[in-house]
Amino acid sequence: MSESTMGPRNQGAPDYNLHLHPMMAKNYGKWDHHERLKPGVIRYTAESGDNLYVVRAGSPRTMSPATVHKICDIADRFCDGFVRFTIRCNVEFSTDKAENIEPIIKAVKEELGFPIGGTGNSVSNIAHTQGWLHCNLPATDASGAVKALMDDLIDEFEKEEMPNRVHISTSCCQINCGSHADISIIVQHHHAPRIDHKNMMICELPKVVAICPAAAIRPKMMNGATSVEVVEEKCMYCGACHGQCPSMEIRDADTDTLSIWVGGKASSTRGGPSQMKLAVWGIPNNPPRWPEASDAVRKILAAYKEGGKPWERVGEWIERIGWAKFFEKTGFPFTRYHIEDGPDALTTFNRSSHVRL
Amino acid sequence: MAFDKHNTPMLDQLETGPWPSFISGIKRMRDDHPSETINKTINDLLGQLEHSYETRKGYWKGGTVSVYGYGGGIIPRFSEVGKSFPESKEFHTVRVQPPAGNHYTTAMLRQLGDSWEKYGSGLVTFHGQTGNIMFIGTDTVRTQDFFDEINDYGWDLGGAGPCVRTAMSCIGAARCEMSCLNEQKAHRLLVNNFVDDVHRPALPYKFKFKVSGCGNDCQNAIERADFAMLGTWRDNMKVDQEEVKAYVAKKGRKYITDNVITRCPTSALSLNDDDTLNVNNRDCVRCMHCLNVMPKALHPGDDKGATICIGGKRTLKIGDLMGTVVIPFKKLETDEDWESLVELAETIIDFWAENALEHERCGEMIERIGLVNFLEGIGIDPDPNMISEPRQSSYVRMDDWDEAAEAYFARKAEA
Repeated sequence: MSESTMGPRNQGAPDYNLHLHPMMAKNYGKWDHHERLKPGVIRYTAESGDNLYVVRAGSPRTMSPATVHKICDIADRFCDGFVRFTIRCNVEFSTDKAENIEPIIKAVKEELGFPIGGTGNSVSNIAHTQGWLHCNLPATDASGAVKALMDDLIDEFEKEEMPNRVHISTSCCQINCGSHADISIIVQHHHAPRIDHKNMMICELPKVVAICPAAAIRPKMMNGATSVEVVEEKCMYCGACHGQCPSMEIRDADTDTLSIWVGGKASSTRGGPSQMKLAVWGIPNNPPRWPEASDAVRKILAAYKEGGKPWERVGEWIERIGWAKFFEKTGFPFTRYHIEDGPDALTTFNRSSHVRL
Repeated sequence: MAFDKHNTPMLDQLETGPWPSFISGIKRMRDDHPSETINKTINDLLGQLEHSYETRKGYWKGGTVSVYGYGGGIIPRFSEVGKSFPESKEFHTVRVQPPAGNHYTTAMLRQLGDSWEKYGSGLVTFHGQTGNIMFIGTDTVRTQDFFDEINDYGWDLGGAGPCVRTAMSCIGAARCEMSCLNEQKAHRLLVNNFVDDVHRPALPYKFKFKVSGCGNDCQNAIERADFAMLGTWRDNMKVDQEEVKAYVAKKGRKYITDNVITRCPTSALSLNDDDTLNVNNRDCVRCMHCLNVMPKALHPGDDKGATICIGGKRTLKIGDLMGTVVIPFKKLETDEDWESLVELAETIIDFWAENALEHERCGEMIERIGLVNFLEGIGIDPDPNMISEPRQSSYVRMDDWDEAAEAYFARKAEA
């Protein structure tokens, strides 16, 4: 243990001014416009006339120190020793010299092996969760599924050929840390949690009871000790209780599957933010490369690429063509399970004479 | 290096294909890193991960690990199969707050990396979904050593558990012409005002600040943050008519009609006969679409500020919630403006901490007690911008209608 007697200094987030590329510091708040020169390369022009060129590369998110050092080497050579990361784990190399663009691209490809792209109307890097590498709840490995999926979609990362940008996320449980996206892959469980009553003493029982969205958990004495029981008819297998207590084991390697949700959008552009909706369920959780999940995502992307109008996000495209056409185009079944029965169900029904025949 | 390497036939299949492989990176640490401790730790980590792939199960459980003086910031991980993989049986993650906007100097990155290789596995993620740098893999003792060292040169832990979490902000003013506020200042000011609430989890549940400089919301603030700031402006958008004409000449009238004019959600745009653009700025809702299509021709106005939306969150427990407009426009220019922003955040967190149930996010509390009670609790007057439409149900008592109407007219007269 360290001998430090000084308490932590509560300094919080470090000062960003120390980490800003000098061109960004100089023109802070005074940018005029940008232009995408080609996929992965954007020129930002300031009111002063200064240009900043940004090369964006896809990263594998979880990296070794050697990889981080290589990123730093490239940034030292071409970017005055500055680098930044996007919300989707892309690395951005900035330079005020146009002649640095091609050498950066060459270095990123050869030294890092990272693809260049993820800008504009491309399929950007996938926002994902920790999975089997580090999470305490995962029923799948987002990192592996993402690697396999991006192997398949790398062309769409390196080109800008989609109607609009496509954000994909994957999550290893239904808490869905990967969050809303145009296309989102989430784990689904198929039965109620199995309770390890012997271990229940390690958990805070009121929290386990309170967390259940279906109010399906209640306290119960088991073999003379406090524990809980699950009302099976109420439980909808979400696994929220598992997050509170490892004794509420929800995962089952034999039955867990994946589901795919579409049409999530955070941006307020055009119609505003929208939540994602169920597309298809029951995709096998099939490591190490999850081919069935990649196939399903491919089907959605192919239909969207073919039918989407410029600037339409996946959800806007579906809204225009109608859900009947979406299921027809993707070949996914439309089932009774697609019809909402939650608190907002009524707002999701078609209460007009508008039907597409 | 005398140790047996675990066979990883399933993980090996993730080394093929054109996308950079996280497995190849991890393997290089096992094979090439000069530290034998790291070689062995990573070997067992790979062994456990392969075991997960074979059995389709995770084998990490949580626990309680922190550093002196703090209650959160570390994600403890103890292996359930530590007997088979002893070198990585403790593999905690240290969450560290990045600079606002995720900007780094390579000198600082290298320094952080060196400390992490000294005290941890070397494995790092830029960034986790909450916005932290995730230093993945160290044991309980060295967690403290690593923190002490990086804290000495200016870094601090992020949030974990029921606390104010690490904040996020877009590139904003540092590089983007759409930026309508100083996003990085807002991020740092807000989160650093709640440093105590970041490190010592004592709130009903998590509370997140995210800042996006415009309605494009590149940080997904409205759907992921309890307190979302979205840049906007009050005056007219700036139109460079010569650039509009150049754009029409380049793309054609049909393209402009189909992709700009008719896509405006409030029909605030029309194309004049001379190929200039007519904007009804009072109908415009600052959705950003037309600015995105024509970034050279159209710009935000000068009277900039932020719309503040409260209560966004993901599924658990009542379902997804987008943030609700609580402050339609907040000017952020003077020191007083910034101080009042922090005060607003304090008022909201205090009210929520006082009134929320265990494990209830701010948006869920608003859903339970009603928006009006929340507004009264934080001392904000109702505004039509907070709703998409007025109530539909006539089953309601309106005992104080006259007073409420009077107050509304008084506010209008004052504005």
